[in-house]
Amino acid sequence: MQFDTPATTNPIDRLKVVGQPIHRIDGERKTTGRAIYAYEWNDPNVSYAYGYPVGAAIPKGRIKSMDVSDAKKALGVLAVVTTLDVGDLKKGDFNTAKLFGGDQVQHYHQAIAVVVAETFEQARAAAALVRVDYAEEKGAFDLEKAMDTAAKPEESQEPDTAVGDFDAAFTSAPVTLDETYTTPDQSHCMMEPHASIAAWNGDELTVWTSSQMIDWWRSDLATTLGIDKEKLHLMSPFIGGGFGGKLFLRADAVLAAFGAKAAGRPVKVALPRPLMPNNTTHRPATIQRIRIGADRDGRITAIAHQSWSGDLPGGGPETAVNQTRLLYAGVNRMTAMRLAALDLPEGNAMRAPGEAPGLMALEIAIDEMAEKLAMDPVQFRILNDTQVDPENPERPFSQRNLIGCLELGAERFGWNQRRGPGSRRDGNWLIGVGVAAAFRNNLLVPSGARVRLDREGIVTVETDMTDIGTGSYTIIAQTAAEMLGLPIDKVAVRLGDSRFPVSAGSGGQFGGNCSTAGVYAACVKLREAIAQKLGFNSEDVVFENGQVRSGNRAVPLAEAAGSDGLAGEDTIQWGDLSKTHQQSTFGAHFVEVGVDVATGETRIRRMLAVCAAGRILNPITARSQVIGAMTMGVGGALYEELAVDTRSGFFVNHDLAGYEVPVHADIPHQEVIFMNETDPMSSPMKAKGVGELGLCGVSAAIANAIYNATGIRVRHYPITLDKLIGGLPDVA
Amino acid sequence: MRAFTYERASSVEAAAKAAASNPEAKFIAGGTNLLDLMKLEIETPTHLIDVNDIGLDKIEPTQDGGLRIGALVRNTDLAAHETVRRDYGLLSRALLAGASGQLRNKASTAGNLLQRTRCPYFYDTNQPCNKRQPGSGCSAIGGFSRQHAVIGTSEACIATNPSDMAIAMRALDAVVETVKGDGSRRAIPIADFHRLPGDTPHIETVLEPGEMITAVVLPPPIGGRQIYRKVRDRASYAFALVSVGAVIQSNGTGRIAVGGVAHKPWRVEAAEAELPNGARAAAHVLLADARPTEENRFKVELVERTLAAVVSEARG
Ligand SMILES: Cc1cc2nc3c(=O)[nH]c(=O)nc-3n(C[C@H](O)[C@H](O)[C@H](O)COP(=O)(O)OP(=O)(O)OC[C@H]3O[C@@H](n4cnc5c(N)ncnc54)[C@H](O)[C@@H]3O)c2cc1C
Ligand code: SF4
Repeated sequence: MQFDTPATTNPIDRLKVVGQPIHRIDGERKTTGRAIYAYEWNDPNVSYAYGYPVGAAIPKGRIKSMDVSDAKKALGVLAVVTTLDVGDLKKGDFNTAKLFGGDQVQHYHQAIAVVVAETFEQARAAAALVRVDYAEEKGAFDLEKAMDTAAKPEESQEPDTAVGDFDAAFTSAPVTLDETYTTPDQSHCMMEPHASIAAWNGDELTVWTSSQMIDWWRSDLATTLGIDKEKLHLMSPFIGGGFGGKLFLRADAVLAAFGAKAAGRPVKVALPRPLMPNNTTHRPATIQRIRIGADRDGRITAIAHQSWSGDLPGGGPETAVNQTRLLYAGVNRMTAMRLAALDLPEGNAMRAPGEAPGLMALEIAIDEMAEKLAMDPVQFRILNDTQVDPENPERPFSQRNLIGCLELGAERFGWNQRRGPGSRRDGNWLIGVGVAAAFRNNLLVPSGARVRLDREGIVTVETDMTDIGTGSYTIIAQTAAEMLGLPIDKVAVRLGDSRFPVSAGSGGQFGGNCSTAGVYAACVKLREAIAQKLGFNSEDVVFENGQVRSGNRAVPLAEAAGSDGLAGEDTIQWGDLSKTHQQSTFGAHFVEVGVDVATGETRIRRMLAVCAAGRILNPITARSQVIGAMTMGVGGALYEELAVDTRSGFFVNHDLAGYEVPVHADIPHQEVIFMNETDPMSSPMKAKGVGELGLCGVSAAIANAIYNATGIRVRHYPITLDKLIGGLPDVA
Repeated sequence: MRAFTYERASSVEAAAKAAASNPEAKFIAGGTNLLDLMKLEIETPTHLIDVNDIGLDKIEPTQDGGLRIGALVRNTDLAAHETVRRDYGLLSRALLAGASGQLRNKASTAGNLLQRTRCPYFYDTNQPCNKRQPGSGCSAIGGFSRQHAVIGTSEACIATNPSDMAIAMRALDAVVETVKGDGSRRAIPIADFHRLPGDTPHIETVLEPGEMITAVVLPPPIGGRQIYRKVRDRASYAFALVSVGAVIQSNGTGRIAVGGVAHKPWRVEAAEAELPNGARAAAHVLLADARPTEENRFKVELVERTLAAVVSEARG
């Protein structure tokens, strides 16, 4: 189905199933331990072997030699495969650093061997016996030092944008801001580690893994192994979180494949937690300079956002400036991104890449600007709202209700209770509130599905879409049920298998809208097949209450299916609507914090998010997405930082003891409100992405609340107590 | 983790004897620290002596009105014990500020005292670390040292002792009772139990090889307001950046022990003498010789401010 004109009324608008607060259909399996994750597949007829990875002990250089003789002799060891044994391998399209193969070390903990043994413990013990002789080389690990040599990224990234005359407008503006903000490297820290089981059958390979994007993995694994993609069967029906860390093929799958080949048995490999932050990808640190000029009445006349980030050669920038091209009005504007070559592990997508770190900076800057103008920060944002793409005023937003979010949020939160910086106190707590706008683009990716109706009247949806904890199973079932006029328990959903039609996958908050639109398209095909088989005119058929009706003829679906059943398969393809109209999602975050007057510890007291993100397909799963994202925003604001050892070139705090994410005690109260919105430009579902929106802006709202509580403006994340303590009132 | 043999000791004497006969052996109590370190091959005992079933899990009054806490009493049970909550509130509070419910259910009194540092370089066997591999160097000096010690450090090591419980024990003047392989017993005041790193940071206590802790004894209760204040980035399940354990009497005198700043619980009696003159005066003496790194300089002020908050809470 080609989606190139705005959606009109369609069966989804009935909202009998879609839009309803339905608990996730896989919930029972998850809570009873029957949802099987990658490492847990256990065929009693198969004797699995266990692979343990070895990571490079240096950040950059060459492996001169490896001695695996002791490892091979160790108890239970079946095989040892080293990066030298396999030689140079082709790299997958989506990988910047190679995952395995060859003598070059590009970053710390890059996989250099896998030791396969009868048990996990034996493999781990033997892995410690692998000895490596390195020729270490000097590397660059310090973003700040590398700023001057940072280069312009590829043109496809649109590294430089400019409209009007920023310099002139900024110089002549009566009120200006020019500040630099930094965000640190961050790690995904999903619960389930990267894990794979590989099983060869002749030249065919089956892999159970934990992947957000089945087809990307399949292509890249085939490329890396040098096998035909068609010979590769990938399955990932349940995923214990990914947050971008499982978008791209990782070393566990490659090592499991080599290990299984060498051992002649299926092999399980999970990345050990302390290996994950340096072995896999991370969100790169940024240095961001923001300049804003405004009239005295608060109208932005000039806005500039520059960002520096680093990556391995061949990598890309953190696109932290992108939202600044669209969020606020202003005739004169520019953005710029520069990319430094660093020899730290690969930087890549994590939890709303681009906007999350970009808004961490921009939305503090907006707060600072409002203060300079003596304006309320909510009013300042409202005043500078734009209903058109500010770089191209001919191009409107498909829907944009930022103002509605801010106004409703302010009312519900009690924003008018806000006082000036450092003026509210509750016992030992300095109390402050903060606001930030939320913004995340709505991305459109083709997505396919197959829908079968069987003679029992059960509809089965198959697509390689993944459910990374988001609720894909549920909203896909709701979509098919709505389309065919069935209750949800008549729909079965099968996901995450490379034998199924290629879907959008889970990333960039495009999965929900795109994958359900793909299911919609397949259901349209199935409806046509049913109508055709019954000789109905497909224009006037109605699917309702388990029946298909035309005029006064009604046939139960089970009967219509016949003994062979009927199927429909299609892929949603996207026309020009995202070019003619800017499609984005909007929201407002409000946060109240307490800062301990003595110690500077910041604790969240309450959080509110108001989101305008098209049709909400299921308020329960959508809320769950948003509160999870808000929690990530707390982590980003207050704790999360991969500490770089700029001498030895690695992330030092590479386990969950050293890299802190929020715990329950940090999140006392969260509230989410969804605006009533449908967006006919976005898809037949009229839905948009919502998950990542919940994160965008949260950290800045917290930073602004800390400022309001203490009067201390911190521009460098995370906002830990050491950055506040020097400015707090005397307590002695 | 390397292969090891395992035995379940049947008595205190048998456990001590087994340890004396094998220099590569270690005791295992809750295992919450030892097993993690063994998995990473930071600890590589070839033999484990399980001391969980030798009757050291009791809390009993002593003749002089104190309390004897068996080495295997779990942190959860100790924190919940009625006498502890009534008379040694500092200890209960310190315990509950540590780790998580699950860990405290396993963690033992002796194991807690002997838990090793959380220096991240200590945990990464690719990195030089004098504590893990004597003579290899200290990666934390000049590296990521935000968590590290600010006082009593050496050129060889700037690690902290991460125990919350030990801070309370230090302020309460606990005594560690032990037995050696030859059956001899001794009582070690907690002040002498942990060592500063000096040039042997791998030796953390005065325990001799094979020496086993049987109990920790608390002197009779001293009353006062007993406060444990743990300062950390997130609200739970994190080690202290700085912690203050205090017993403040109504006349303004008191005891203070500080965590997160040194290789051992940090207590300076001369600083306590300054308490009636205010927290700042006491903190200045307490950390007079502090030598922080660039990254952990904030701890000096943080101790002073936390102490001030604790003192004012005690008065309030
Ligand atoms: C995730 C995590 C978070 C934590 N957070 C905190 C925290 O916030 N605050 C805190 O204080 N602690 C914290 N801890 C540490 C925890 O308190 C210790 O792991 C625990 O107290 C150790 O007790 P155990 O009985 O399990 O010791 P084990 O691991 O069994 O033993 C530790 C050491 O003591 C030796 N040993 C044990 N018993 C004896 C004995 N009777 N005589 C001589 N030697 C003995 C062992 O040989 C070993 O060397 C945390 C631990 C983890 C894993
Ligand atoms: S501070 Fe101590 S534990 Fe840490 S690296 Fe240095 S020597 Fe090792």
